Order: sequence, then C-alpha cells, then structure tokens
Amino acid sequence: MAAESLQISNEESGTIVSSTKTITLRIARSNPKKNTEQKFDEFKIPYQKWTTVLDAILEVKKHLDHSVAVRYSCRQASCGSCGMKINGRPALACFTKITELNSDVVTVEPMNNFPIIRDLVVGFERMFSNHKKIKPYIINEESEINPGTKEFLQTPEDVEKYIQFSNCIKCGLCNSACPTMATDSSFVGPQALAQAYRYVADNRDKGKDERLKIIDDSHGIFRCHFAGSCSQVCPKGVDPAMGIQLLRGYLLGFRD
Amino acid sequence: MPNIDENKEGIKGMANPTRYGIERFAYLLMRLSGLGLLVYFVVHIYETSMILQGKVGWDEFLEITQTTEGHIILALVIGMSVFHTVNGIRVMLGHGGIGVGKPARPDYPYPAQSQNAKHKISIYSAIVLAAIAMMYGIGVMFGD
Repeated sequence: MAAESLQISNEESGTIVSSTKTITLRIARSNPKKNTEQKFDEFKIPYQKWTTVLDAILEVKKHLDHSVAVRYSCRQASCGSCGMKINGRPALACFTKITELNSDVVTVEPMNNFPIIRDLVVGFERMFSNHKKIKPYIINEESEINPGTKEFLQTPEDVEKYIQFSNCIKCGLCNSACPTMATDSSFVGPQALAQAYRYVADNRDKGKDERLKIIDDSHGIFRCHFAGSCSQVCPKGVDPAMGIQLLRGYLLGFRD
Repeated sequence: MPNIDENKEGIKGMANPTRYGIERFAYLLMRLSGLGLLVYFVVHIYETSMILQGKVGWDEFLEITQTTEGHIILALVIGMSVFHTVNGIRVMLGHGGIGVGKPARPDYPYPAQSQNAKHKISIYSAIVLAAIAMMYGIGVMFGD
C-alpha cells in the first residue's frame, strides 16, 4: 500500500465523495511493537469545504484501509483525543479543515515528544503523570469537612484569573510543539505548568507554596524559554506560555 | 526513522524556526547569539591574555582582527550582542509575567495574549537594531 494512491469507489462513498476536489492524504504508518520502519501511505480523498482532517482519515478507514490507527472521540475539540501533526504542525484533526491548510497534500503524523503506540496514536502516560505531579485540584483543608464551609464564594474577577487555564483538554499539542520537550525528556512540560498556574491563581486554593516547590526543579519551570509555540498550537485558547510566565513571576518575586 | 520511544524531534526540531512564527525565530536567534557570544567571550579572554607576551605578541594577535575575516567576525559579534541584549530584556520581562497579557475568558479564534503585538514589535526592533549596529560597525571597520 506504501506510496500507492487509492481512490474511494463511488458506490461505497458517503456524502463527501460527491465533491470534485481531492487531496492526497499521506498517513504515517508505524508499529513499534513489530519494529516496523515508519512509512507513508497515500490516499486520494475527495473533500468539501467542511471536511476536517479527521473526516478524511475516517474515510480512509471506512473505504480504503481499516487498519489505520487513529484515536478520536467527540469530533468537536472537546475530548483532546485526535491531536496529531498536520503538515508538520501539531493540531486537532477534528478541528482542522482541509480547506484551511491551502495544500493539495495533507501529511498526518503522530505528535512528537510522545511515544508512538501505532500509526497516529501516541501514549499520554508521561503527560498525565506530570499533570498529576502538580496536584491538579483545589488544596484547602477547610473544604468538605466543616459544615457551612463547603462553598467558597468567588467574584467574577476571581474566576477570570484562572478560567482560561481550566479550558485545557489535555490534548498534548502544547507539549508536542515545545522546543524544550524536543530535547529534554524530564521537562515537566507546558501542559502541567499551565495547570499549576490554574490552581495557584484560584483564590480557593491554599497549595501555592507546595506547587511552586514542585515546579522549581532542575527540569521544572526554568527550562521554559518563552518560545511561545505552546500557545500558538493550543486549540482552546489556554495560552500556556502566559500561565507559565505568570507562574514564574511568583518564583521571581514579581507577584505575591 | 524517528525515535519511537518518545518520538522526539531533537535539536533539529528545536532549531526549526519555520512553523511557529516570529517568536520561535527569536528563540532560535537567542540560542545562536548566546552560543556565539560565549565562543567570542572565550576567544576574547585568550586574546587579551596575549598582553602577557609583551608588546610584540599583543600586536601580532591584534593584526588578526584587522583582516577582512576579523572584521566580519567582529561585525557578527556586534549584531549578536545587540540582538541578545534587546531580546533578552523582552524575555526577562516576560519571565516575570510582565507584558504577557492578562488572563481572561478566551474567545474564538483564541489569539494568544502572550504572543501580543508588543512582543512582536520588540522582536522586530531587536533584529533591526542589530542590523543597524552591524552596519555601523562595518562602516567603521571597513571605512578607513
């Protein structure tokens, strides 16, 4: 199948096959368990202006090669499952339309800085482990123990300080784009650091010192050099680079 | 064949400035100018240590810097110094959380506040100032 261009048969196609426009979809194929070299399979896929990269991959699975491994769920940029490199840049396949790529060839590869499970599917174990490491929950000993203290009132201004960072869907695109993660296996990563800020900025939380101690590590926050690539690829507007710099402001004494 | 264990891009990916805008280009220039200045610093210490060889040794070494190649290297050092300084001030302020924007409820298409116009202008300014300083240095060194 390698380098072979296949086309969907008209009889088997769904709605998008009526389009006269086609792209060449190049899908990276590899299976580390079988030690197979990475190769690219090419498929001719018809598309409409609303066709997403995930739609195109699913057309391949449906009509041409069902063995392509891809992880997806919600198809609306909420679950964070379908992160992959699209034409060299990390993006959600369900949130990227073919038309916005302005290219007749669309190349999809697994995200960098994550172990490949198969084809386009990568393992998130390390990212989730780093996420858990920064204690992603409200630390407050008074919560849910004493009657009458279960609710913490917050003003809209209090919420604005962290709500942006709570939009993180843990898709891993930021970690894939990060230049530090490209070379440092132990770096905690922009995803976890942005989440550390999310909880530090929450006025219900009392775990600031605890979290700052965790991230003030030799492979912690000071490995971030503010390249900002994480924020450029974030599909939810979390802006991890902002969170990391604001968090570092606490450690450098710019913030209380 | 990528490293399947973690599929890291490595130095090649880290140093690829083409995918993430001017900020990633500035990141690369910052690394390169930093390494360049480090090399210059070591050479400069060696150069000034020539004074221990007396006037003859000192003059002989200085002659190396008076060649066309020496002038080009010094012009590059001027450019690297200016870029590293100006961009360094931008990055240092950013590291303190200054000028990176204010957290707010994001709206589609989610422009990143930390990559705001102030930062872009600062980066372009650093590049332009470095170019001007290099041209001035070239004018002085090659002018006579």
